[in-house]
Amino acid sequence: MQIYLPIAEVSVNAFLLFGLGGLVGMLSGLFGVGGGFLITPLLFFIGIPPTVAVATGANQVVASSVSGVLAHIKRRTVDFRMGIVLLAGGLLGSALGILAFNLLSRLGQIDLVVQLSYVVFLGLIGLLMLQESVRALRRARRGPAAPIKRHQHLWVHKLPFKMKFRTSGLYISVVPPLLVGVLVGVLAAIMGVGGGFIMVPAMIYLLGMPTKVVIGTSLFQIIFVTGFTTFMHAWTNQSVDLMLAMLLIIGGVVGAQIGTRIGAKLRAEQLRILLALLVLLVCIKLGIDLLIQPDELYSISGVGRA
Amino acid sequence: MIRVLVLLLLLPAAAVRAGEEVVAGLSHSRISITANFDGSDLLIYGAVKREEPIPGGPPLEVIVTVEGPSTPIMVRRKSRTFGIWVNTAGVEVDRAPSFYAVATTGPLAEILSQTEDLRQKISVPQMIRSVGAPQDIADSPSFTEALIRIREANGLYSLHEGTVGLEEATLFRTDIDLPANLVEGDYLTRIFLLRDKRVIATHEALIDVRKVGLERWLYDLAYGQPLIYGILALVVAALAGWSASAAFRLLRNG
Repeated sequence: MQIYLPIAEVSVNAFLLFGLGGLVGMLSGLFGVGGGFLITPLLFFIGIPPTVAVATGANQVVASSVSGVLAHIKRRTVDFRMGIVLLAGGLLGSALGILAFNLLSRLGQIDLVVQLSYVVFLGLIGLLMLQESVRALRRARRGPAAPIKRHQHLWVHKLPFKMKFRTSGLYISVVPPLLVGVLVGVLAAIMGVGGGFIMVPAMIYLLGMPTKVVIGTSLFQIIFVTGFTTFMHAWTNQSVDLMLAMLLIIGGVVGAQIGTRIGAKLRAEQLRILLALLVLLVCIKLGIDLLIQPDELYSISGVGRA
Repeated sequence: MIRVLVLLLLLPAAAVRAGEEVVAGLSHSRISITANFDGSDLLIYGAVKREEPIPGGPPLEVIVTVEGPSTPIMVRRKSRTFGIWVNTAGVEVDRAPSFYAVATTGPLAEILSQTEDLRQKISVPQMIRSVGAPQDIADSPSFTEALIRIREANGLYSLHEGTVGLEEATLFRTDIDLPANLVEGDYLTRIFLLRDKRVIATHEALIDVRKVGLERWLYDLAYGQPLIYGILALVVAALAGWSASAAFRLLRNG
């Protein structure tokens, strides 16, 4: 069944979009990732204009994060105070990102910047995940490892403007979480992702937050940053396609629930390797598109609209 | 799709050389882009009206064109910079139809003279107007050629020679395939009667292509009330997320 997307102005198979949302939702349920970093490049591949793909991807992330955060609030694993500090940075970053996005659209370089960011970040995450999961697999074989030392004193703890974060049990400067927030906000605006893949490791390794509050807190922050991003894209460059978003969201939430159930039955380490390989595959495909000579050197776009 | 046959009024532009005029009709005077729109067939038919017997000499030929709304277009060219392909040059084409189809009774070059093409703007290259390219671009024609090539590949520009059926030098008909990726607006249909490579009569009619229903509503809201549209997008996403987790919680408990 073909469906005409009113903002993207292309006709796409509805089941393909539904399936795409479902697949990415399933992966996010399986691995606890937001899925924004997979859905946006997949939308490029099926011919959705990059600007629409980024803005609509952000909208889809809002839905999946809301769905996820509710469970965490119930379990009291959200550090609201930390979330708000991250959020303050995130909104600033998102506003900067939107400015850059609109400027780059006018210069005709937005597609390139979006693709390049994806190649860099997908490559980075893919490799980190692969390394991590291979290590985890070895560890599992060798038996339990030494416990990780908590409360190490890193350079982060020497900065001014300290604040108490009771849920996380931390007393640290607000500067690092603000900076992490800004970075994630910029990525949300330019790549249409939640940024969980950057925030989660940053929270664990940089801020020293306990693992059990990391996911809930990052989801809390992601809702508002991607929400703000969606809103700004809709307001300033009319690139959110609600029809597309709805199909992806419906597919995504169903997929996420299925993924969570499958995930409970399967072994996580081996699956994680598969996800890492998938991420690297998407990265390589995008990278090759930039490196080899395209069949058509010319491209057309509207004037005024990106 | 509505199959109402609407006979269109004759326009006064007809009859360059007295004697032969076009009377024509379209299968649709409006096309609705709905959520499941996947293209449409447009039937254009008509007759040659004349008071005298069919004149002798060169045979009568017919050309039918359908033209979508024109917008300025930016054509960009990539070149290799630091190993990757980057947009480095751009030319603005200030008028290019979003859709253009030409159907004829015979090979275009044999039935239409170049001067007549220039005057009436019939062939695809004539429809595209480019203002001066930036100083540093020497080969601006290659940009308009690229525009035509890309749109031809997408089925947006096409030339169908010999697809207009002409009976007894009086009745003609042709089908034009409108693709799924139509832009909305007024589509201009032009019919030309030719003899001896010269246009002797023309006829014009408009087809109204509009998004309808949900498509229309979303599009208008997105461009007319972007603030409200943005809020709606968030509300929809939040509701979907909340109801999904609520629904599956019920399912698990039930």
